[in-house]
Amino acid sequence: MQPLAREFIAAVREAARDGELGDTTRAEWSRTRDLLADLSRERAAQGFSPTETATFVFSFKQAIFKRLRSEFGSDAETLAEETWTATELFDKLGLYTAEIYQKAREEVIVRQQQEMLELSTPVVELWHGILALPLIGTLDSNRTQIVMQNLLEAIVAKSAGIAIIDITGVPTVDTLVAQHLLKTVAAARLMGAECIISGIRPQIAQTIIHLGVDLGGVLTKATLADAFQVALRKKGLAVAKG
Amino acid sequence: MVVGKASEIRVASQDDVVVVRQAVRARAVEIGLNLVDQTKIVTAASELARNTVVYGGGGTVLLESLLDGGRRGLRLTFEDRGPGITDIEKAMQDGYTTGVGLGLGLGGARRLVSEFHITSRPGEGTQVRVTKWNG
Repeated sequence: MQPLAREFIAAVREAARDGELGDTTRAEWSRTRDLLADLSRERAAQGFSPTETATFVFSFKQAIFKRLRSEFGSDAETLAEETWTATELFDKLGLYTAEIYQKAREEVIVRQQQEMLELSTPVVELWHGILALPLIGTLDSNRTQIVMQNLLEAIVAKSAGIAIIDITGVPTVDTLVAQHLLKTVAAARLMGAECIISGIRPQIAQTIIHLGVDLGGVLTKATLADAFQVALRKKGLAVAKG
Repeated sequence: MVVGKASEIRVASQDDVVVVRQAVRARAVEIGLNLVDQTKIVTAASELARNTVVYGGGGTVLLESLLDGGRRGLRLTFEDRGPGITDIEKAMQDGYTTGVGLGLGLGGARRLVSEFHITSRPGEGTQVRVTKWNG
């Protein structure tokens, strides 16, 4: 902590010597800003709160004020003026750490969102020509697009005739999700593959009916097992006890 | 009668729609709605929250738990300051949309809840209030 504090003070002194105290966005403050940015990012990663991070800057105020008092003690007007300038300066620098801290956290969130997109959309081959796509979680439009693309590509790559889309892991099927499903089914059909939607639980079935979504043209099944059985039958296959 | 604490959630983006769904589900479980009714109110909330974002340009939703005699309910009030709806009757019709969706959101949401109330003034915004009672 101490070397950092010393470095910070040195940077502030250098900037203040030939710089403008009122505007910390100027070039002479860049070393101070970089120092604080590194500190904020590091602390955000370590789980410190923004208050704790900004306190690093604010903690210098007392020492500065003390120094100003001993320097201008007899000159009340100058003391007040200089104290105000110092306050403004350190408040700005403190708020800057909070800003960077927040940015660092937002970067983490964006990265996690990207990771979520990559996650969990595998197309698996259940049998020759029979694909399954187990969907899990929220089907927002970004992810749905990736999912749809993956499935259509897999249909070509595996020359599959049947694709089962399993929505057991999708908690809410609203009109947007339904629309995405219908579009995927229609696109697959254009490519000569038939889709079966499985994993329609009782509460989802009732909700879809009330919503008024027409899944009439789509083959649906309650479970993935049922859908697989249908798929096998369509291929002229059956599971037999050996 | 409103019981417990109401909560207000900002609905400004598609990500907020997910937050709204989760908050509604948590409250629906808390007041003891069964699984089918939970799913219905969450789905209705999803439709209305998305409308708030897409057509209302963002707004808020207020979640309140209700007690009426022996039955308990969950009331959601969606509000936006968007362009409003000129012809509500038409907007409620299945298959009608000014956007790119299926045009089933509003009508569907009405069928999924116990009470549905919509008010809108062109140029001022829209308020949709829905309630789901247990039993």
